Formats: sequence, structure tokens, C-alpha cells
Amino acid sequence: MSPAPDPAAMEERNPGAAIEIAGLRKSFGEKIVLNGVNLGVRPGESLVIIGGSGTGKSVLLKCILGLLQPDSGTIMIDGIDMTEAPGGDRADVRRRTGMLFQGGALFDSLNVWRNVTFALTQGRARKGRSMRSLAVELLAKVGLDESVADLRPAEISGGMQKRVALARAIASRPDLVFFDEPTTGLDPIRANTINDLIRGLVTDLGCSAITITHDMESARRIADRVAMLHEGRIIWQGPVEMLDDSGNARVDKFINGRTD
Amino acid sequence: MTDSFTRLFAPIGAAALSFFAAIGRAAIFAGRALLAAVRPPYYPARFVQQLLSIGYFSLPVVGLTALFTGAALAQQIYVGGERFNAASTVPAVTVIAIVRELAPVLGGLMVAGRVSSAMAAELGTMRVTEQIDALVTLRTDPFQFLVAPRLLAAIVVLPILTLVANAIGVMGGYLLAVYRLGFNAASYLETTRDYLEVTDIVSSLVKAAVFGFVLALMGCYHGYHTSGGAAGVGRATTNAVVSAFLLILLANLVITVLVFG
Repeated sequence: MSPAPDPAAMEERNPGAAIEIAGLRKSFGEKIVLNGVNLGVRPGESLVIIGGSGTGKSVLLKCILGLLQPDSGTIMIDGIDMTEAPGGDRADVRRRTGMLFQGGALFDSLNVWRNVTFALTQGRARKGRSMRSLAVELLAKVGLDESVADLRPAEISGGMQKRVALARAIASRPDLVFFDEPTTGLDPIRANTINDLIRGLVTDLGCSAITITHDMESARRIADRVAMLHEGRIIWQGPVEMLDDSGNARVDKFINGRTD
Repeated sequence: MTDSFTRLFAPIGAAALSFFAAIGRAAIFAGRALLAAVRPPYYPARFVQQLLSIGYFSLPVVGLTALFTGAALAQQIYVGGERFNAASTVPAVTVIAIVRELAPVLGGLMVAGRVSSAMAAELGTMRVTEQIDALVTLRTDPFQFLVAPRLLAAIVVLPILTLVANAIGVMGGYLLAVYRLGFNAASYLETTRDYLEVTDIVSSLVKAAVFGFVLALMGCYHGYHTSGGAAGVGRATTNAVVSAFLLILLANLVITVLVFG
């Protein structure tokens, strides 16, 4: 189990992780969701995946995390193929990852601070005092004060739940983080706090990050590179600076919200 | 001819395949759950929490069920026995029926109604809100964290509940027989003791442990495999209770035939 992070050590840089996805396919019955996805993330890089609703962005993330088994293709994380790796190797990779789910996915039966430190305690009541103070520090990073630490997830707003989930995702100091719609349901100020936090994880701490979002302002603030998923394939990818000059009609239409 | 033959039998075949596939899935789920129960890490606090939730909070419903059933049974045996001058068999038949059948079966069904549904609803909600996926990403095996404590607690606590139900059920028969039918209190208790055998109690406890396993397994299985949002949670809850009821009754028949056949 990971030791409790030392707050000073929180500022140390992570090595980041490299991801290489090749020929990834996933269908549900007759419906083809991913149809040969090829994508790469370099260590310490922030990749934002954009695309319309129902284009398979969350499915792609779940395949990378090993929550769904793809039909074919490979997902290499630092040289380990997550589609075929034995349980121990997968666990080693998961030890280095953090994930923010779209709806937060906080555990209803645990209070906020136990949720935040779950990656370190695996739900067991141990080192209560130090874990609580660590949780309070992490909550401060996402703009929440100590008063929410002892509340249950059902007692706080949806936006606060999202921020608690973000604190949980980074509690174990992962070097590879996944964010599924991190700013959905947040007001613009809170959304920018989260964007800055994600950017800081990459720029200051050296984490690799994959973010799914519909929020183009968020994408521009978070991304080093942007990829667009459409009909199960990556139809464009490039540096965020090129997003407005992608030369791809579908990307232009999407980022400008045109309905024509 | 071939087409009409296929049209007629294909749905039956599909239903049969689906049925056996479901049994296979449940068996694999049970195997994974049992493996998770014996493999570290263990979650003793969650086990104790489930002991309370399944056992302690089921005591009122199980106790009242046993009390009313024991009393009604004594009345029925008395009325039925009178037809062939066998009304005096009330204490013996009541204790045998309660201990061998009614306490474990009715107790199991009552707990299944209360607990299987709650387990399916809780795990189902965790599934549709991605909490189970979150557990995996946080390096926690959902089988060890969620399923094993429930399964073990149900296996341990159902025999205890059944012991209590046995005592209360016999007491229900005693109260009715003594205060309504005019039986002598001392001789009622003596006859009850004379006709109760160790095998009766052991079979009662074995049944209860099996029923505990079945009702927790069905609650967890249907909850764990929930899909389709709130409607899916509702379906999982219903399926958990119905399948737990049917499997408890089937298991009861098998154990009864094996032990007393």
C-alpha cells in the first residue's frame, strides 16, 4: 500500500507515464463504439479528447483503465500491455493512476475525508488523524474547506462532490491521471480552479493526463495536445495551438459549436 | 418446414441457453466471492457492520414470524389431530415442524425479503453511479470489499437467527396450547424436549447457513450486474428477491431429502 504522502513531497515531480494505444476496437452487441483507435501520450503530457456525446470517449477511458476489455488492439502503459497483462502488473499500473469519474462516483457510505484518502487506506479505518489532515489539505487544493470533511457525499452539492472526487483522484500522487468531464456542473470560477489544478499536475508535478471534455475553454487551458474522437476513430490530433487551424471541418464545427 | 420448425423451437432453445448461462454466471460469481472471502486483505469492520445489518436488525421480523407461525401451527395440529384422536401430538409435531422446516425456511424467506433486496439496491446503485468502477481504480477488489463481508455475515448470522426463531416458534405453540387449548404447561415442555433430536437442530442450522449463502449471493449477484439506471436497480432488486426465494425453497427440498430421506 502507498504510504501517506508527505505534504512537502507533494511538490516533487513525477516521472509521468507513456501511453500508446493501437488499433483499439470495442463493440457492444451490434454497436461498434471504438473502431480502431490509435493514440499516444508522452510522459508529462496533457492530452484532451474531445468529441460529441456517445462517440465512445468514456468507453475509451474505461478500456485504458482496464474496466472494460477491448475486443482487439493494444494499450501499452510504460511498456505493459493492459489488455493482456496479469493481475499483478495491472495492479502496479493502477497504483500509479488516478481517475475522476464523470459523476464523481464518491462512496455514499463513507464521509468526505474517508473518500478522499480511500486510495491510501482502501476503506480501512487506519491512521485516522493523519489521514483526515491529509484529506483537509487535498480539499483545500480543490477549493473546499474543512467543514465538508466530515459530511457524507449526499450532504454536499454536485459541484462539491466533483471537487471531492478530484481530491480523491490525486491523493495517492499518481503519475498518470484521467479526468472524465472534470468541469461539468461547476460554475466558471470553480471550473477555472479545477483547470488550473489539472494544468499544475502536469506542468509542476510532471504527471501525464488524459482528459475528456466538451468544455472547449477547459480544453484550451488544460491541453498540450487535443484529439477528436468521431465514429469510433481519432479523426484529428495535434497541439492545442493548432486547434483553431486544424484543417478538419468536423473539428471546426465541433469547437465552434456550429449546427450546420 | 425447417423454417417453421426453427421458429417454433428457437425461442425455447434461446431461453434454455440463457437460463444455463445465468446459472454459469452465478456459479462463477459465487466462486469468485468465496475466493475473495478467504484471501487477504480482510475487512473485519465491514463484516461486523453486515452482521448487525443482516442479523440484529432482522431479529424483530424473524421473531414475530416464528411466534405467529408457531401459534398458528399448534392450533392447526390440534384441530387436525382431533379428527383422529391425536390432539395430544401438538407439542411433538409443533417442535418438529418448527425446527426442521418452518423456522429456517420462513426465517430465510423473511431475511431474503429484507436483506437480498437491500443488497441488490445498494450494489446496483453503486454499479450505475460508477462507484464499483471507482473501487477498482482505487485498487480495491469489489468482491473483497463489498461481496465477501455480506456473504460471510449472512452465512454466520442466519443459523443464529434460526436458533432464536426455533425457540420463539416453540414458545408460540406453547403459549397457544397452554393458554387457549388447555394443555398442561409442564407436560407440554417435557414432550417437546422428548421429541426434539440433535439431528433436527443440526439440519435446521445447516439449512440456515445455506439459505444465508443463497440470499446474500443473489442480492450481491443481481446488484453487481445491474445496468440501466434507476429502472435497472428496480429490476435487480426484484430479481434478487424472487431468485433468492426460489433457491431457498429448492435448497430446502434438497437438504430435507438428503438428511431425512
